[in-house]
Amino acid sequence: MKNCDAFIIGGSAGSLDVLLKVLPSINSAISFPIIIVLHRKPGADQLLTDLLSSKTKLLVKEIEEKEKINDASIYIAPSDYHLLIENNQTFSLDNSEKINYSRPSIDVTFQSAAEVYTDKLVCLLLSGSNDDGIEGLKKVKENGGKVIIQNPRSAVVSYMPAQAELKVNIDAILEIEEMADYINQLSES
Amino acid sequence: MDSTEKSDEQIETLLADALELYGYDFSGYSRASLKRRILRLYALDNFVSFAEYRYKIRTDPGYFKRFLEQVTINVTEMFRDPGFYKVLRKEVLPKLGTYPFIRIWIAGCSTGEEAYSISILLKELNLLKKSLIYATDINSAVLEKAAQAMIPLNKMKQYSENYITAGGTENFSDYYSANYSLAKLNDDLKTKIIFSTHNLVSENSFNEFQLILCRNVIIYFDRPLQTKVFELFDNSLENLGYLALGSKETLEFSTISKKYKKLDSEKIWRKIT
Repeated sequence: MKNCDAFIIGGSAGSLDVLLKVLPSINSAISFPIIIVLHRKPGADQLLTDLLSSKTKLLVKEIEEKEKINDASIYIAPSDYHLLIENNQTFSLDNSEKINYSRPSIDVTFQSAAEVYTDKLVCLLLSGSNDDGIEGLKKVKENGGKVIIQNPRSAVVSYMPAQAELKVNIDAILEIEEMADYINQLSES
Repeated sequence: MDSTEKSDEQIETLLADALELYGYDFSGYSRASLKRRILRLYALDNFVSFAEYRYKIRTDPGYFKRFLEQVTINVTEMFRDPGFYKVLRKEVLPKLGTYPFIRIWIAGCSTGEEAYSISILLKELNLLKKSLIYATDINSAVLEKAAQAMIPLNKMKQYSENYITAGGTENFSDYYSANYSLAKLNDDLKTKIIFSTHNLVSENSFNEFQLILCRNVIIYFDRPLQTKVFELFDNSLENLGYLALGSKETLEFSTISKKYKKLDSEKIWRKIT
């Protein structure tokens, strides 16, 4: 029985380093999509896609609106848009006000995904400096999904995962070196 | 409101009310974003039950106006995506400048920032006098704001940077006067803009244009509605005219795409048959 339909990673620009360390060890036949929401300044999205792509055999692509979500793919939320998930498992983009000073907002994507994937959703919150992601993690838990965070003690900016640890019932706290194994184990063998 | 499944049903109920009582058809809107906006307004206005929310929408046309304004998205900027405006300035508008008269349609203009940006470009290219900009939106409240041409002063720094990155050569602050916390755009920028309501979902073509801008509007529509709207644009665009979309939108999957050729760098298509 498949227990993960989507894996979503949220973080700030400083989390890029973590992603570059984790992606090379992710199984290239993974049975779910990995969706990445990173806070950053608008522009230079192609560079980010190329950089992440150079670290994995999985398809890495920046999301286009109404795109169908496929397994064994890594999707990157474009800068300056919120990312939502539709019931039919396609992506929607949204240009509305910033949330927690952020667009894309991690909360928006976590909350939207929680409604669609319910208990088959796993979300990982990385390093960051504001509260974005906390409300989203709560919603994921309410809907039966799993939430994990980067160990705040080893994060570049600890505020975001530290707040999550305080306010949300976390399923696992991971070191960077443990993340790829954790993700791979969620995959159907 | 309630659990996911129940709230999905409740949202469909509200949308059915909007169509039945006010004639606004949201059936082709993407649900995830619309749902978030509807739930956000429910929380914002402190309703205690879905029944109360629904009753207010059904019985109070003034509140429905607020509902419409809040569930549709009206975020906009002057010279948003400066690279796009640079191509308009260097490539598209000079081509249109060879026509005796230029008609531009900005569909989904919200509070008018795009219309005024285009007006500035036309003015600097000495084309404003022979141009007419039709700026339309579904929502009359934002059009009232657009016509006032007042922008919070604290936004002008960003817009000024956008303007310069977009290839602007004048002094941006000459285009407005500061009035307490607001910037009032110069009246001459408004003389060639006609603000009017138009609903892309239910209304037809009303003129022929050489340039149609519809940026970050169709991301809120599902594919069938996008197709319908593209056909409306196609019927409203002269041969060799241009259609400009938002940076994450595409004409690629539409029925009209064969008639259009995309410019290299930006989301601008030219009608070629």
